[in-house]
Amino acid sequence: MKTASIVGTSVPRLEGRDKVTGRAQYVDDMVLPGMLYGATVRSRIPRGKIRKITFDQAIDWREFVVVSARDVPGKNCIALIEDDQPCLADDAVNHPEEPILLLAHPDRHLLPQAVEAVSIEYDSLPPVFTIAESESLKEIIWGTNNTFKTYLIEKGDIDSVWEKARYIIEAEYTTGAQEQLYIENNGMVASFDPQQGITVWGSLQCPYYVHKALMKLCCLPAEQVRVIQMETGGAFGGKEEYPSMIAAHAALLAIKSGKPVKIIYDRMEDMAATTKRHPSRTRHRTAVSADGKILGGEIEFTIDGGAYETLSPVVLSRGTIHAGGPYYWPSVRIRAKAVATNAPPHGAFRGFGAPQSLFALERHMDRIAQTVGLSPVEIRRRNFLQPGQTTTTGQTVNEPIDLGKLLDRALELSGYSAKKEAFAHENQRGSSKKGVGIASFLHGAGFTGSGERYLGSVVGVEPCEDGSVRVLVSSTEFGQGTKTVLSQIAAEALGIRYKDVAFAQPDTRDVPNSGPTVASRTVMVVGKLVHSAALGIQQTLRAAALLGDAYSPEEFRSACRSYVAEHGKFRSLARYEQPKDIVWDEEKYRGSAYAAFAWAVYVASVTVDLTTYSVSVDDFVALQEIGKVLHPILAKGQIIGGVAQGIGFALYEKVIWNNGRMQNGQMTNYIMPTSADLPPIRAYFEELGNHHGAYGAKGIGELPMDGPAPAIVNAVSDALGISFDSIPLLPEDIFDALERNTDEAAATRSPRGRA
Amino acid sequence: MSKTSPRHSKCEITFTVNGKSVTVRAHPMERLLDVLRHELDLTGTKEGCGEGECGSCSVLMDGALVNSCLIPVLQTSGATIVTIEGLSADGRLCALQQAFLQCGGAQCGICTPGMILAAYHLLDKKSQPTLEEIAEALSGNLCRCTGYMQIFEAVQEASRSGAPK
Repeated sequence: MKTASIVGTSVPRLEGRDKVTGRAQYVDDMVLPGMLYGATVRSRIPRGKIRKITFDQAIDWREFVVVSARDVPGKNCIALIEDDQPCLADDAVNHPEEPILLLAHPDRHLLPQAVEAVSIEYDSLPPVFTIAESESLKEIIWGTNNTFKTYLIEKGDIDSVWEKARYIIEAEYTTGAQEQLYIENNGMVASFDPQQGITVWGSLQCPYYVHKALMKLCCLPAEQVRVIQMETGGAFGGKEEYPSMIAAHAALLAIKSGKPVKIIYDRMEDMAATTKRHPSRTRHRTAVSADGKILGGEIEFTIDGGAYETLSPVVLSRGTIHAGGPYYWPSVRIRAKAVATNAPPHGAFRGFGAPQSLFALERHMDRIAQTVGLSPVEIRRRNFLQPGQTTTTGQTVNEPIDLGKLLDRALELSGYSAKKEAFAHENQRGSSKKGVGIASFLHGAGFTGSGERYLGSVVGVEPCEDGSVRVLVSSTEFGQGTKTVLSQIAAEALGIRYKDVAFAQPDTRDVPNSGPTVASRTVMVVGKLVHSAALGIQQTLRAAALLGDAYSPEEFRSACRSYVAEHGKFRSLARYEQPKDIVWDEEKYRGSAYAAFAWAVYVASVTVDLTTYSVSVDDFVALQEIGKVLHPILAKGQIIGGVAQGIGFALYEKVIWNNGRMQNGQMTNYIMPTSADLPPIRAYFEELGNHHGAYGAKGIGELPMDGPAPAIVNAVSDALGISFDSIPLLPEDIFDALERNTDEAAATRSPRGRA
Repeated sequence: MSKTSPRHSKCEITFTVNGKSVTVRAHPMERLLDVLRHELDLTGTKEGCGEGECGSCSVLMDGALVNSCLIPVLQTSGATIVTIEGLSADGRLCALQQAFLQCGGAQCGICTPGMILAAYHLLDKKSQPTLEEIAEALSGNLCRCTGYMQIFEAVQEASRSGAPK
């Protein structure tokens, strides 16, 4: 008996009721008896040696718990890929927010003064702040050459294409740091018991990342470290790796004091000290035929990783693989590099390197179009990847994606042609100029290459006493709808009701490691495993002759109850196995980079006000092929929310650096879009299915971050007839460019100006 | 304000929260946000920025929408405060809460209590707002997840139902 389909419908968000009533428990809502509050004393210089630490005697330090690097029981590092980032600086500091000491006190009001009362003297060393300074190697601040990681992708014979090219188009593009700006600041509570070990509760994406870091730091076995995710108020990658640092700090204070300790960052500390999107520089040199076909290209993609390696190699990898976009490159050479600077480490942020390299590519496509004398639409159409062709890594497109058709639909939905015509007319007069821009792109779902095989994620589903089933994963909910969609999948797989599925709180004591909640992998990879694990229950109940071939949800409940009453609880586990059609050569960086790509075409319309030089986005169409829409409202919510962040990335969000520190670490002066700043954002879907994903789904979390910035900057360039190659693009940048243009025009007219 | 220790010169302040009269002993400059969360255990009011920019700590004070991180508790003496907990006091969701749930107006949920109170305040003043009026009325409440469109839909939905309260 088949019940009505649950997948594909917009069931109520599983934890939605708690969220709209204010009952949902976030980490700052937690209070434990006898709890202390913790604070962090940080470096205030970008690079140097710690000479002396002095405690102001005006403070009664006996009331405080003070932790330094000497109190670390195990290895003083935040374990991730390399163990190069200290938990607390001991001797040297490498960025101006580096933690040095931790303080705790029962009265949280006394902490800010105490932090100020610690003075640290340093022997300063010359700092490095930009990619160019890092590359110059005048100062070596990391390893032997300031380089965390390099990649090389080579396809075809790139060296022979230049002589065949009718056009060679070269340009450089840059993107700035971007703050994730989740509305809930980072925070952790830790408690320590000599027998049970460490328990932490926190705002986080990846319970097992924190678990791994605490084991190494505290020198404890797995069973003596317990990590519990509280309701998490937004993350966007910003709670992927840094929570391990805060958990480590809270744990050290809890161990030393013997009391539970809460650390909650305030907004300024969160913005200044935690990770941001990697600033990037991309150089393109492209050989193009007379009819606008790409013959080949060299792409150089460089990101600023900040002071420690953290996740930079992985961010670089995704950015590198996406650098060629949804186009066919007969030959290409991509050189990629992540370099060190004396800024706080940059890290995961939705898109993970791809928004940076795709911004460059999609601006470059418009530049190519202009050089060749084709429209932005036509240049893309002529170069789109077709089924059967290979990507830059040599992965064959083996799904029936028709990018030309996707483009046509996006143009139609946005009224592109009519707008082009109307704007050409309107722009001849008035104090504003209008433009329209497109971006076409792809985003790979899941970990890159063999990443999923190394993770080997495990998912559990168990029947409960009351006849419901419970999903057990370390995959976390932080707004995207993880709990809702994974529950839908379990319900659909078993033919039971959505309300008959419960979801275990991610707690490393109870749930298996289904991997980190990152990389647009949850619905596609973890969802598929939830589906398999759920079917395992059905199989067991049938084997026990409690369930027939056809059954009603009520009969299933009753079978579960009988089974658990008779045999006790059991867990049906499913472990990831790499599909045979995914083959990846890590050495040569060739093969199937991702199990599936989502494909998209976005169209932005803008108005540039020539009095204020501000840009307003008037309309935004986001069309994407995502395999299968499992929950229409959540899917739409992901796309619209991502586009809004992309609009911020393009036009508003600028981190002002001063001596390696973020100077505008406040919502007052780091500007994200408000409800009054955004255009109607219209999201549309195409569904081609995907045999690697649950019910044909592909990942969509990061996709919408890739397209808005290039679509908008293409639109601004279209409006003004000037190429803009850097984001964020602020009114002052537009003013400068227009002034420069006027000066150059005057200089061309006046012979003296040329002298 | 948050840097001032409340250890000395506490005073008694009486005000009404969600229909109940309460008396708290607090430092006069203590933030209303902290008093609600720590003294009265009303943790549905959230802190996002601590400087009146994000609106996560929005509550209604004598019918006005205020950022509770900017209100010294002394100022609430005799006032009537409504927090998110006051909108579903009988365990039933109000029309706005129902609409946020139905339309995808809440994602991570951290801005949701403040956002719902801002929307409540709007519908209280104007029961059938235009889309522009909704966008304007909510512009002091930041949401990083939704891109606001589904929040607008939720407010329109609640406004159509005609019973935001």
